[in-house]
Amino acid sequence: MKDNHIAENEVATKNIKIAARDVQVYYGDTHAIKDVNVEIEDKTVTAFIGPSGCGKSTFLRCINRMNDTIDVCRVVGDILIDGEDIYDRKVDPVQLRAKVGMVFQKPNPFPKSIYDNVAYGPRIHGLARNKAELDDIVERALRRGAIWNEVKDRLDAPGTGLSGGQQQRLCIARAVATEPEVLLMDEPCSALDPIATAQVEELIDELRQNYSVVIVTHSMQQAARVSQKTAFFHLGNLVEFGETDKIFTAPEDPRTESYITGRIG
Amino acid sequence: MPILWLFLIVSGIAIAGYYLGLARVMRSAGGDRRHMHSLPSYYGGNVAIKAAVPALLLMLVWLLVQPMIVNNSVSALIPDSAIADASSRGLVLSEVRRAADGMDRALAQGTMDASMANDPQADPDDVTSRLQDAGAIVTSQITQPVLNAAQSYRMQNQRGNQFMSGVVIVLALLGALWGLRGAQADFRARNVVESAVKMLLIGAASIAILTTLGIVLSLVFNTIEFFRLYPASDFFFGTNWAPSFSGRGGSSDLGVLPLLWGTFYISLVALAVAIPIGLFAAVYLSEYASNSVRSVAKPLLEVLAGIPTIVYGLFALLTVGPLLVSVFGRDGLGIMQAGTAVITAGLVMGVMLIPFVSSLSDDIINAVPQAMRDGSYGLGATKSETIRQVILPAALPGIVGAILLAASRAIGETMIVVLGAGAAARLSLNPFDAMTTVTAKIVSQLTGDADFASPEALVAFALGMTLFVITLALNVFALYIVRKYREQYD
Ligand SMILES: Nc1ncnc2c1ncn2[C@@H]1O[C@H](COP(=O)(O)OP(=O)(O)O)[C@@H](O)[C@H]1O
Ligand SMILES: [Mg+2]
Repeated sequence: MKDNHIAENEVATKNIKIAARDVQVYYGDTHAIKDVNVEIEDKTVTAFIGPSGCGKSTFLRCINRMNDTIDVCRVVGDILIDGEDIYDRKVDPVQLRAKVGMVFQKPNPFPKSIYDNVAYGPRIHGLARNKAELDDIVERALRRGAIWNEVKDRLDAPGTGLSGGQQQRLCIARAVATEPEVLLMDEPCSALDPIATAQVEELIDELRQNYSVVIVTHSMQQAARVSQKTAFFHLGNLVEFGETDKIFTAPEDPRTESYITGRIG
Repeated sequence: MPILWLFLIVSGIAIAGYYLGLARVMRSAGGDRRHMHSLPSYYGGNVAIKAAVPALLLMLVWLLVQPMIVNNSVSALIPDSAIADASSRGLVLSEVRRAADGMDRALAQGTMDASMANDPQADPDDVTSRLQDAGAIVTSQITQPVLNAAQSYRMQNQRGNQFMSGVVIVLALLGALWGLRGAQADFRARNVVESAVKMLLIGAASIAILTTLGIVLSLVFNTIEFFRLYPASDFFFGTNWAPSFSGRGGSSDLGVLPLLWGTFYISLVALAVAIPIGLFAAVYLSEYASNSVRSVAKPLLEVLAGIPTIVYGLFALLTVGPLLVSVFGRDGLGIMQAGTAVITAGLVMGVMLIPFVSSLSDDIINAVPQAMRDGSYGLGATKSETIRQVILPAALPGIVGAILLAASRAIGETMIVVLGAGAAARLSLNPFDAMTTVTAKIVSQLTGDADFASPEALVAFALGMTLFVITLALNVFALYIVRKYREQYD
């Protein structure tokens, strides 16, 4: 399928941040992603939905080359960020990941203090010239992660001692601290309770001001709440991609409709 | 009746009880196992346990107690006058036991008849010659008191054994009956078997703990004995180790400091070799190596752990020592006198410890969740940054544990030191000097003709105790560190 409606409506007016061209992903002999073409806009939240095992995480991990850490994984095709091919030989995946931050399904704070968790990225990439600057960066990141007020008095406490929702917001703050341009989130709320989920969703909406956010989610309500664009994956194919409202009210593909109404997956 | 027979009879009763129990409970439940509280085999097991366990326990206790009682009563039969000057009561008693055993043998071979064996008026010379005919080992002429004591010894043992056989068999039968009474459909046989299993496990655990306790106690008592003969302050703070050899008299200097220093120094060299190499090997194996490399390299490394330490000792003595001498010795830099030195033993011991450190650390590093690595890579960290700043800190408590374990091994290691480090106890900072350790000296103090009443031999226990306390402290410290990190990061 080709996303004709996108080509017509959006490309001309919006700023394209990420573009995927004929992307295939193989795990050994398993063909996990087939012919995916998609264009993701800047300063938008894009949701990936689809049944389990359809390749959402796999495709997400292509965008910051996290799949490079898996031996058997092979990616074919082009993914461009700001028009630059990230699978080009010149590109250093380590540098790329500083630009394309990632938040994982399970909160995974390092066994370090809250401060050190957030300062981890800035320290590695040398973003601060001195302690005062680093303090500044950490505070800004924690504020953007909407967790500053809860932790400002105990920055030296271990990050692993926070509650699940706080840990996830800490992980978001940690990702934000390296000043990425794109933020990838793989089911960031699946380990959280409803209140923590609401906090994270609110946060995602705020992050949209500065970043292009791509979020994988199992919850269609969540996709509807937080995203402007939605992509529906099925069995490794990108079945449908468009305005969230349109996908949820008038899907074009019968498979999308079945999934949304609860008949697939 | 021989013990084996008794044991077989009790087992027979237990097995028969098992099947009788099965049959009886089946009848009581009207042949339908669904009406029973437990599965049928539990009822059988209940009977077998009640038949065998008390009977066998009694047998065990009896076998331990009877010799003591018999020895005491026989000992009373021997007048002080019958004990020669250079001898002791214990020696005479063992003569009595030998004579009694010899009589059993002579009876079995027919060189003596039962009336003679039991006749208190029998001629000792005649008895001696007959015993010697039967091939029994009796050293001197058996005297009248010894003969009578031996006869009494035999009698008492015989009666005791007969009595024991009777009591044990009766007890087994009673136990079986008790069990059979319980073979009713509503009896909770499963719970009985469950508690029997629990007792068995408790028993095994207690034996392990009691043995440890016994070892410690034997160390403690002998150590106290040593400190009665040799002042503790001289032992702990003495800087000279010069035992005079037992029997030749003269005073010994038994200061532990040179030995502790040797132990510490050699262990330090060993750990300085083993920690970096082992840790780096572990990091390579768990983070960098491909699966195929890992599957070959890890077992290869672990082969090192299976080599007996005496082989490492030979390696130190025959290969590493001469090699070091050729570089640092008289023909080279001239700072090494002989092949046996701290550096030789330390290097070889370090090689021995590499697989300990690496294999344990490897497991620990692998146990660090993949999510930690993903989190770090996702922030744009390189592999080595991730390892240094996330994986190693997360694995630190376990790695510290591995290192302390290796340190315990190093402190307790003996063979490599005996062969590689020399035998001279000295306080020196030069790693090319020969030195020796606590363990090596324990061996040398106890080998040969050790007189266990002299401080030169008893010092071995004080040394062992010192070593024990040090390793214990090390382990407690390791636990403390591990706990502390757990609290911080969990
Ligand atoms: N590390 C891996 N090795 C091999 N196969 C994988 C791996 N990760 C994912 N897959 C396979 O790729 C497909 C897509 O998985 P994934 O992207 O995790 O799906 P989703 O996130 O949509 O549930 C699945 O069939 C899965 O079995
Ligand atoms: Mg997934």
